[in-house]
Amino acid sequence: MCQDPTRRALILTALATGACLASSSPSIAEEDLPGSNERPQKGDVLVFAEGDRAGEVIKPQDLQAGGPPVRAWPKDPKTSVVRKGSRLNEVLVVKLEPTELDEETRSRAAGGVVAYSAICVHTGCPITAWVKAAGGDKDVFKCVCHNSEYDPRQSAQVIFGPAPRRLPALPLAPDDGPLTVAATFIGKVGAQQAR
Amino acid sequence: MALKQWILSGLLASTCLVSIAAAGPIENYSPVTTERLKNPEPGNWMHYRRTYDGQGYSPLDQINTSNVKNLTPAWTFSTGVVEGHQAPPIINNGVMFVSTPEGQVIALNAKTGDEYWRYKRQLPEDLFQLHPTNRGVGLWEDKLYLATTDDHLVALDAKTGKVVWDTKVQDYKKGQYLTLMPLVVDGKVIVGGSGGEFGIRGYIVAYDANTGKELWRTFTIPGPGEPGHDTWSGDDWKTGGAPAWMTGTYDVDTRTVYWGTGNAAPWPGETHPGDNLYSTSVLALDPDSGKMKSYFQYHQNDSWDWDEVDAPMLIDLQRDGRTIKSLVHPGRNAIFWVLERKPEGIKYVAGWPFVYTNVWKSIDPNGKPIADPAHKPGIGKRVEFCPSLWGGKDWPSAAYSQKTGLVYVPANENFCGGFTGEKVPLVAGKLWLGTKPEDIGLTPRPGATHFGELQAWDPATGKKAWSHNFPKSQLFGSVTATAGDLVFVGGTNDRMFRAFHAKTGELLWEQKTNSGIVGMPIAYEVDGTQYIAVQSGWGVDAQRIQDALVGKVPGLENNVPQGGVVWVFAVKK
Repeated sequence: MCQDPTRRALILTALATGACLASSSPSIAEEDLPGSNERPQKGDVLVFAEGDRAGEVIKPQDLQAGGPPVRAWPKDPKTSVVRKGSRLNEVLVVKLEPTELDEETRSRAAGGVVAYSAICVHTGCPITAWVKAAGGDKDVFKCVCHNSEYDPRQSAQVIFGPAPRRLPALPLAPDDGPLTVAATFIGKVGAQQAR
Repeated sequence: MALKQWILSGLLASTCLVSIAAAGPIENYSPVTTERLKNPEPGNWMHYRRTYDGQGYSPLDQINTSNVKNLTPAWTFSTGVVEGHQAPPIINNGVMFVSTPEGQVIALNAKTGDEYWRYKRQLPEDLFQLHPTNRGVGLWEDKLYLATTDDHLVALDAKTGKVVWDTKVQDYKKGQYLTLMPLVVDGKVIVGGSGGEFGIRGYIVAYDANTGKELWRTFTIPGPGEPGHDTWSGDDWKTGGAPAWMTGTYDVDTRTVYWGTGNAAPWPGETHPGDNLYSTSVLALDPDSGKMKSYFQYHQNDSWDWDEVDAPMLIDLQRDGRTIKSLVHPGRNAIFWVLERKPEGIKYVAGWPFVYTNVWKSIDPNGKPIADPAHKPGIGKRVEFCPSLWGGKDWPSAAYSQKTGLVYVPANENFCGGFTGEKVPLVAGKLWLGTKPEDIGLTPRPGATHFGELQAWDPATGKKAWSHNFPKSQLFGSVTATAGDLVFVGGTNDRMFRAFHAKTGELLWEQKTNSGIVGMPIAYEVDGTQYIAVQSGWGVDAQRIQDALVGKVPGLENNVPQGGVVWVFAVKK
C-alpha cells in the first residue's frame, strides 16, 4: 500500500530511551515530531484536543454524562508526543450510561466512556455534531458534511446517511484513571476509495 | 507558495499517485486543436457546456419533439463509484471521457460503451472531501486534464490514460481543492480553486498544457495596493473566500475569459465588513496574462453563502432595438442577470427575481441589489431568508436555445433558510462557516405547492415563457437544450431523466434511472446516430437538500440510492 508521501517512517533509537524530543528539538513543530503521525497505540493516554485544557490528560470525571463528546488526541506517555501529526488520529470521547451500551461496546469502554475515530468513513470529513438522531430521540454523532449519523452506544453503527460502515472504535482500558488506549483502532480509519 | 511538479515519464515514480487498468489504447484519436475548440463539430461535446459561450446547446436535431417518445437506452456503464456524478460526458469523435468522484476518468467507446482505459487517482487517506465530485475533463491535442479534490491538476495521455504530468496547485491540508472541469484556451489550462468554506483566498490559475508549468495566477481578492483592496477590512482579505470553483466561459472574438466567484468567508457579512471585491462577481480576464479587464459584482458583502460561480452565458440578444453582446446569469442570489460586454467593461442591463426572495428590496440603476437588513444574517442572531443558502439556482447550469431564444433555468422555488452567525477562529483545514453547520435551516415556505421548477425565460424581455413544477422534489441538475426543440434535465429525487418541449414546456419523455441525476446531459453523434448521455449518481448538495427536507414535506421521496451509471439513449429504430 502506498504511504502518504508526507509521512516519514523514522526509526529512532531515541524513542527507546524515552528521550523527550520536544525539548531537544525546539524548532520542530509539534505535528512533525517522530511518532506524531502514528495511529493510537496501546498504552497511549488521551488528551484534550481543543479548548482551555488542550493537551491535558482526560479523566472520566472530566466528561459530562450523556455528552457532548470531547475531541481528543492520543499521547505517547513515554515520549510525551501528542499524535496530532495526522488528522486521522483524532478521537471522539463520550461518556454514556453503561447500561445503554451493547455488549460489544461495553467491552471496549472505560466505565461508560467510549472512544471512536472522529473521521467520518464516508468521505473523510470530521464528525462535529452531537444531535438528536434523525430517526429517534437519542443524541448521536453526526457528520455535517453529508449527514451520516452514528450511534456510539452500538459500536457507532450507521443509523442515517451515506456512510458505508461504522466508525472505528478505539478500545479503552477499564480503569478509573486517565483514559488509556487498550488496543489499536478496530476498523480502518477514514474513507475508503472505490476499487 | 512552493509549487511542486512531477513530470512523469511513463509511470516512473507515479505508483503512489495512480493505478491504471488498461483495457486497450485508443487508436486514431483526433487531436484537439484551438480551431476545433473554437468551432466544435456538432456531434462533439468538448467543453463543459459544449461551446466556449457556455450556452449548453447542441445543434443536433435527429432526436426531436416528434420522435423523443421513442428514446431508449442504447448502453449503460457502471462507474463503481458513489456520491455526486456531476460531470458531462466529454465526446471527441467517437470517444467518451467520463470523470467521477474520487478522481477517476473512464475512456469509453461512445458508440458501444466498451471501456478503453480507466485512470484511478490514489487520493490521500487523510483527505477531507466536503464536495466529493468532479465536473469533467478538459481536452487539448492528445491530452486531457483532470482537476482533483486533493488539489492537483493532472494531464493524462488521452489514448492510454497514463499520466503525462501532475502539478500540485495548492495544499489540500489547508482546505484547498478542485472540482471543476478545466478550461483550455490556446494551450493554457485554466482552473479555479474551491475552498470558500475553509477560509481560503480564492484564485484562478493557468498552466502550460504541455508541461504543467504555472503561467499566471490571479487572486480573486485583491492584496494591498491593488484596486478593490479597500473593500476589505484589516486582514480579512487573506481568508475572505471568493473561490472560483466552476469552469469559466470564453469570448473568442475579444479573447476574454469570464469567470464566476463565490461567497465571501465566513458567511455572516458582519465578519468581513465592506463590499468584498471580487467575491460574488463575474471577472473578465485576459487568458494570456490573467490580468483583470473588468468585473461586475452581483451582490456585495455576501451573508447567505450565495456563490455566483456558475459562469455567465455569452448570448447575442436583440433588446431595445439593438444587438447586445450579453452575459446572462441566473444567480444563486435569486436574480436573473442580463449584463453587457462592452469595450469599456461589463455593464448592467437588467435584473429581476426569478424565484421568491425576501432579501432584495430593489436593484439600483447600476445593478446593485439593496438588501433588507431584516433578512441579512449577522452575529448572534438567527435570521431567516428566502431563497435558502442553495439559492434560486445553485451551480447546476442553465441552457440557452438558439432556436427558441429562451434560457432554461433549473430553479428552486419556495425554499427558505436561516442560521445564527457567530465569530469563530479560523483553523487551517477546518470548516469555517461562521455558524454551526447543524444550525443551518432549510424550510419550505408555508403553502408551497412545489419546489423544483424548470423555467423558460426570454432574456431579451424578462418574460417567463413557461415553467414545469415539481411538487415533491428539488431540481438540482444541469439543463441542456438541443436543436430538436428539446430540453433535457434530471435533478429530481424520483430518479427521472426527462425531456421537455423547448417551446411549450410539455413533458415529452421520461426514464427512471438507477439513482438521482445531478450530472449534466449532453448530445452527441457517432456514425450518423445521435445520442443523449447523462451520468446518474446522486450525492453532495442534492443529497444535503434531501436530508434537510426529511420530515418537512409529506410524501417526500427519500430513497435515492447512490452509485454512478452512465446512461446513453438513442431513438429506437
